[in-house]
Amino acid sequence: MSRIKEKFNQLKSKKETALISYIMAGYPSEKITLAAVRGLIQGGSDIIELGFPFSDPIADGPTIQMASTESLNNGTKIENFFTIVKKIRKESNIPLVLMTYTNILYNQTYLKFISRAKQAGIDGLILPDMAIEESKEYVKAAKKIGMDTIFLVSPNTEKDRLKQIIKSTSGFLYMVAVFGTTGVQTKIHKYTLDALKNTKYAAKGKIPVGVGFGVSTEKDVQKYVSSGADAVIVGSANIKIIENTPTNKVQTRIATFTKRLKNKTR
Amino acid sequence: MKIGIPKDGRFGEFGGKYIPETLAPAIEELEKNYLKIRNDKNFKKELGRLLIDYAGRPTPIYFARNLTKTIGGAKIYLKREDLLHGGAHKINNTLGQALLAKRMGKKRIIAETGAGQHGVATAMACASLGLKAEIYMGYVDTLRQKQNVFRMELLGAKVHAVKSGSKTLKDAINEAMRDWITNVDSTYYLLGSAVGPHPYPLMVRDFQAVIGVEIKKQMKKIPNAVIACVGGGSNAIGTFYPLIDTNAKIIGIEAGGKGVKTKLHSAPLTAGKKGVLHGMMTYLMQDKDGQISETHSISAGLDYPGVGPEHAFLKDENRVEYKAVTDDEVIDAFLILTRTEGIIPALESAHAIAHAIKISKKMKKTESIVVTLSGRGDKDIDIVKEYLAKNVKNKRKI
Ligand SMILES: Cc1ncc(COP(=O)(O)O)c(C=O)c1O
Repeated sequence: MSRIKEKFNQLKSKKETALISYIMAGYPSEKITLAAVRGLIQGGSDIIELGFPFSDPIADGPTIQMASTESLNNGTKIENFFTIVKKIRKESNIPLVLMTYTNILYNQTYLKFISRAKQAGIDGLILPDMAIEESKEYVKAAKKIGMDTIFLVSPNTEKDRLKQIIKSTSGFLYMVAVFGTTGVQTKIHKYTLDALKNTKYAAKGKIPVGVGFGVSTEKDVQKYVSSGADAVIVGSANIKIIENTPTNKVQTRIATFTKRLKNKTR
Repeated sequence: MKIGIPKDGRFGEFGGKYIPETLAPAIEELEKNYLKIRNDKNFKKELGRLLIDYAGRPTPIYFARNLTKTIGGAKIYLKREDLLHGGAHKINNTLGQALLAKRMGKKRIIAETGAGQHGVATAMACASLGLKAEIYMGYVDTLRQKQNVFRMELLGAKVHAVKSGSKTLKDAINEAMRDWITNVDSTYYLLGSAVGPHPYPLMVRDFQAVIGVEIKKQMKKIPNAVIACVGGGSNAIGTFYPLIDTNAKIIGIEAGGKGVKTKLHSAPLTAGKKGVLHGMMTYLMQDKDGQISETHSISAGLDYPGVGPEHAFLKDENRVEYKAVTDDEVIDAFLILTRTEGIIPALESAHAIAHAIKISKKMKKTESIVVTLSGRGDKDIDIVKEYLAKNVKNKRKI
């Protein structure tokens, strides 16, 4: 069983919702990335999503764009990313998901990249520009290697398409909460809650549904938990904390913030 | 060779639609509507009228007698897209798509622009059809093409200077896509070249194919060679597509910048590798990790790390030959054409002229070459002036 699946099973028996935390690898440095990961684990995050920067992140808002650009400017290469993953794996068994864009995989071929990621200790992949129509070869390679393929759905995804996407999804299904890019936003729309209901219905309990994009406060987490989400995904809010915190305090601030959010999932 | 509508949105293995899920319904709606109007007589009639009365079609084929004589080889003909309203081929596409957007009931139009030519052509089409236009342009490009920024604003469009990434065309496309993801219901994304997810490459090719169709009609004989510059590839595919099944030699010219052996160029077909960007699988300039490279060209309109998927296909099929010419060769061609014919070409188009000059020398006097002169060079005269000031050695210095 994959680490992600096992985690969701554990949480289910405890009647808890998963808190999934995103940070960008190499932002602002490899060292701070590791400190932030330790903070996330300390704070009780259930799954960690590590971003690998891409030069052209079309699904990301200003915060994650900034983190991508800085990470790339710091010279983050895929080798550095795998090194970070291996270091985390020495300390923890927490499920690790890689979020990046299709070209990073395509460049090395899906099979080669995914097997390297697996070896390093990655459990699942999120590619926001990988449409279901184009995913055959990618899903085949991931299946062969035992890597979870986490697809995204949107509030405007139609029923038949939703079914098709669910078929190719493993680990969990990522429901994008808003029409827009990643980033902190202020209110929870009714259309998002309706979409969550429909997505949960289509998933039939076979695959957990996580809600992400614009989830940043305890109140957001509480609202999605009470609306039936199996997981909440927090990203830009973590990056903002890292951006605005002196480096020696990143771990504790991230831990404190994560703990407050995690409390709302129990 | 018959290409027609690409199956599953792919030209051979190239193309597809690698898009965030939020855009999937919009792309589907676009594809459905486009395939419907593609054969709609009323649509064709309305667009045909606009192309004639508003844009100034058909454009002439001009035999460049003086240029031919100066070079001393094959006869060089120019397809004068520079004479179109707005000064470039871009209007062929913007009128087509703006009309489609209107039919689809979309009132807000967004577009990206590099040199500003597509932005201007979008602003014009939108002004004439009563649509609201917002244009994304890389901050670096807004500085080197100031005039076009003001032209767009005069035409009633809002211009957003994009300050992310390399601050050029690719980043303008990124930002336009982010806008589209955010405003997917109300907004039509009017892409300016034969790039992006299916159905854009097909649609832009169809709207630009009027260039090649006219060339076929206007030339008494199928020319021995046809040449066009390739940025995203819209004027080139529009020129080439109707001539694919003739025996004309077809050549696309990429921006060689300071040389394809350096990193300072924009020639993905000549020196790139397959990859996925802006919704399509195609040849891209990228590093070992798959990060997209920053590009260079003296012409802002060719300064793009990717290329339309149909060109990638035509390259691999060996139907079209793709070559690159350097900034130096481009300036030289720009000056030769200006002096011999009194025609100031866009720096983009001067790439095609430069290659025509190279090959015509080696061809027979009875043979013919058609070069698509995709735009006029008024927008570029400051860049040329600056270049000449820095390169005093240039033999054709003023
Ligand atoms: C005059 C002119 N020619 C060519 C191009 C390159 O575009 P494409 O390759 O799509 O024709 C541009 C782009 O701005 C242009 O302005």
